[in-house]
Amino acid sequence: MAVSKWIPRWFYQLASPRWCYDITGKLLPVFLVAAALLLLVGLVWALAFAPPDYQQGNSFRIMYIHVPSAILAQSCYMLMAVAGAVGLIWKIKVADMVAFACAPIGASIAVMALATGAIWGKPTWGSWWVWDARLTSMLILLFLYLGVMALYAAMDNETMAAKAASVLSLVGLVNIPIIKYSVEWWNTLHQPATFSLTEKPSMPIEMWLPLLVMVLGFYCFFAVSLMLRLRNEIIRRERRSGWVRELITSR
Amino acid sequence: MQFETISEFIDMNGHGLYVWVSYGLGIAIIIGNIVLPLFTRKELIKNLARRMRRENKTQ
Repeated sequence: MAVSKWIPRWFYQLASPRWCYDITGKLLPVFLVAAALLLLVGLVWALAFAPPDYQQGNSFRIMYIHVPSAILAQSCYMLMAVAGAVGLIWKIKVADMVAFACAPIGASIAVMALATGAIWGKPTWGSWWVWDARLTSMLILLFLYLGVMALYAAMDNETMAAKAASVLSLVGLVNIPIIKYSVEWWNTLHQPATFSLTEKPSMPIEMWLPLLVMVLGFYCFFAVSLMLRLRNEIIRRERRSGWVRELITSR
Repeated sequence: MQFETISEFIDMNGHGLYVWVSYGLGIAIIIGNIVLPLFTRKELIKNLARRMRRENKTQ
């Protein structure tokens, strides 16, 4: 492949499973330590030190895991769709593996967002569940994840499975702006966005700073989990190549 | 610190059950997402090593 001087070397190297395996091996401990520290600090801060909400009291502390999980579930979906598209267009195996690794993590995080939301809804709205636009579109996100996982599980041919799953995740991408704007387009019980890049947060700093720590912690945790699954998938699919055989025998 | 005593911290002004169940679930899902792939990796490497030993024997 002709290496263009406009695109950095590592961008081409990302396509190599072996290089990816090595670099994620080096990055893993860094992200693991960062995730552990951020989540630990965030949890203690959220549970014991953040001030209670003047209307909701202490049940509002659920926000510190509900909002990060909802943000992560959507980011993970976008990564899965983009990785699927890259795999579809440029036939890069590693991109397919990234998309494959995203699906189960995203599904479990979507479950977390829905469940913590339901538990928060009971004392706040008086109901576990309402068929409201935000909640319904979030439930559809979970079903999209499950659909992608089912496609991978149903097909033995890895290339075909990756193609089908990528197409489904790209079609499902339309759901992401629907989730984001659902609180503006339809009347809803759900409160509007907690964080916005353009406006000042509606909460005092001692409330949103721990939330920021938790969001960063969730992203670092996602990086760890994604790299672990990606490395497993690289070993599994490249099991016949020389370097994986060497890796296995050297253990 | 927002709470005077441990029991106050656990009770969360009557919202304790909601808060602790949410956090318990969240922590379980996070730990599961780290432990499960580690377990898969161990199994995968064990199986591949066994297969390679078998191949070496038949050669």
